[in-house]
Amino acid sequence: MNKLFLIIQREYFSRVRKKSFLLMTILGPLLMAGVFIVPVWLALRDKTDHHILVLDHSGLFINQLPNSKTIKFTYGAESLQSAKAKLKDGPFDLIMEINGDPINGEKTTPLLYYKKQPGMSTEQYITNAMENILFDYRLQGDSIDISKIDKARRPVEMLTIKVTENGKDEKTNTGTNMVVGFVCAFIIYFMIFLYGSQVMRGVIEEKTNRIVEVIFSSVKPFQLMLGKIIGIALVGLTQFILWIVLTLTIQTVTMNVLFKDQLADTARQNAQVEKVMKNDLTAGVDKMQKVKSPNEVIELINEFQNINITKLLVCFGFYFLFGYLLYAALFAGIGSAVDSEADTQQFILPVTVPLIASFIIAQTVATDPDSSMAQFFSIFPLTSPIVMMVRLPFDVPAWELLLSMVSLIIGFLFFTWLAGRIYRTGILMYGKKASWREIGKWLFYKP
Amino acid sequence: MNPILEVKHIHKQYANHTALNDVSLAIEPQKIFGLLGPNGAGKTSLIRIINQITGPDQGEVFFNGEKLAPRHVEMIGYLPEERGLYKKMSVGEQVMYLAQLKGLKKNDAKAKLKEWFRKFEIENWWDKKIEELSKGMQQKVQFIVTVLHEPKLLILDEPFSGFDPINAQLIKKEILELREKGATIIFSTHNMGSVEELCDNIALINKSQKLLDGSVKEIRRQYSSSIYNITFRGNLLGFTNAVWAGAEFLEKKSEDEVHTVTLKLLRQNKPNDLLQAVLNSGEILSFHEVIPSMNDIFISVVEQKQAANTQSSFTE
Repeated sequence: MNKLFLIIQREYFSRVRKKSFLLMTILGPLLMAGVFIVPVWLALRDKTDHHILVLDHSGLFINQLPNSKTIKFTYGAESLQSAKAKLKDGPFDLIMEINGDPINGEKTTPLLYYKKQPGMSTEQYITNAMENILFDYRLQGDSIDISKIDKARRPVEMLTIKVTENGKDEKTNTGTNMVVGFVCAFIIYFMIFLYGSQVMRGVIEEKTNRIVEVIFSSVKPFQLMLGKIIGIALVGLTQFILWIVLTLTIQTVTMNVLFKDQLADTARQNAQVEKVMKNDLTAGVDKMQKVKSPNEVIELINEFQNINITKLLVCFGFYFLFGYLLYAALFAGIGSAVDSEADTQQFILPVTVPLIASFIIAQTVATDPDSSMAQFFSIFPLTSPIVMMVRLPFDVPAWELLLSMVSLIIGFLFFTWLAGRIYRTGILMYGKKASWREIGKWLFYKP
Repeated sequence: MNPILEVKHIHKQYANHTALNDVSLAIEPQKIFGLLGPNGAGKTSLIRIINQITGPDQGEVFFNGEKLAPRHVEMIGYLPEERGLYKKMSVGEQVMYLAQLKGLKKNDAKAKLKEWFRKFEIENWWDKKIEELSKGMQQKVQFIVTVLHEPKLLILDEPFSGFDPINAQLIKKEILELREKGATIIFSTHNMGSVEELCDNIALINKSQKLLDGSVKEIRRQYSSSIYNITFRGNLLGFTNAVWAGAEFLEKKSEDEVHTVTLKLLRQNKPNDLLQAVLNSGEILSFHEVIPSMNDIFISVVEQKQAANTQSSFTE
């Protein structure tokens, strides 16, 4: 026991003290924060200005296209030739020529000339605007009141409400559930790959270094394998916690610096919502219906709170831990069977296939979380850590969850035992190129 | 004296070859024991069993009279043939780690390690990474790892391969010193010449079987072939005439009047008979017995065995 602790200690500290660990710990959150911040920042950033010269031969759109912050329309009647000359050095960077006779129902295909290609959003903006004008024009032609149409056209937002065992209503949202499940599943998937392969590399290192023989004259092979797996698990945990802390810090800081105005808006809106809620309470109106969250972030947070956080966290921890342990043992087994990292290819495939497959299965599971396929793969130990995490926010029956956990523990014990047998033989075999047959034989060797 | 290590009828079988076939050994305490045999004879398999890295299929091992158990690993030091350490770990940390795995307390390990570092004059290596050291330097560290926990039994597999002559000398000196302090040492090597002058007892292993074992002196006596080497100044013809009936000439070398002759005494002739015969033929400059090397003995034993095998296969 004491020796196992020593091994864990070495595995842990030799990795945590490495420069690459520090680098990954710092870069990870930057990347993660980047994933969240860059799109927002890009969306908020001022787009390139476009000044468009419109040559409308149909006459329908003249002075009708609405200018936006970045897109400005000017209307002209000159020929395309002379307009193109202006494109070269004139004030316009785009020319749009509208042909056809849309007034009489003919289809029009506007042509957009450019020096520098405009973005998708610009094109989208123009076509949308034109479609709206056409729509209104045709309705007016049929003497239909546009304001009536606007009134008739109402967006519908659905709230799904789960009736729980004790008769209480719980607001749920399929979209959020999916996102939460996927994020958890992805983290588990990513961590298994990242740290599982670290276990494998560690084993290969010890084998090629030939230090194993010295160590095995002091401890049992299984102790070394277990110590390595646990040690690296702790490294992963440390890194994970540091990532979360750092990501949150970076995000808060950048949010405050970059998106100060937006945050201020949100705060103001929050205050308003609270006010409305108070009023509603006195008025005795069902606040659920009236209160609409002022922005999506707050809505997301509200919905997140409706998922059973404790249960989710406990399950996440469980599937993370045992999923990693199971796969790490398999990776250790592979590492012991080969002489160098280059030889791992043929053995690594059967281990990564269930991992990757479970991620693909997870996507179909999210659309139908109670299908029999979803049930099976969320109980099967090689896929359950990922598939069950996706299913979990959709409320899985307790017995299924229990069965899945028990089978994962049994799977973990079985595969660790299996990997241990491969490991203790493989790691002392040098120079011999292992085949699947060979490894099969190792399982039955006497130690 | 009771043997410190007793190996009884060990069998070890791998998928399609037998590594050890009914091997028994008894190793006396405070002696240097040579486990000799060509590559692939089964030496490393036996050593791994003694180190409890693998287990035998049949047979038993006793350490100090007790059946070999996990707690005995702390009393055994092992220098494997294929040496290696963690390349990225510092020397000090690494040795501390391995010493603690052998059951040493942290403080004891540190004190002992400092002592060894002083002895080998490598005090400033503590923070160096293994990969920064030369091969010879790494070997020194590896040797310290092997002996730091003061094992009662020291198993050295091919101990002098890879050591430069100066380090080899240093290690030899340390090994003899350790024996003085009470340690028992097992040398395993295919290079018999490298250890025979150090060994008290040996066992020869070939093709998974023990061929012979015993004290080096005893074995040499047993296999001595009455071959002598004599150098004298004088008349070669007279010498030849004087001894021709009692000896078989193996080699002759002459330079001016000085002759060196290697010959094998026949029948019951003793060295004294030879010397008496020579006395009249000239001035004797040197005379000594040609002692068979372990290598020679090994080869002759293997040949005998093969001859016996062929014979038995003929008679079958």
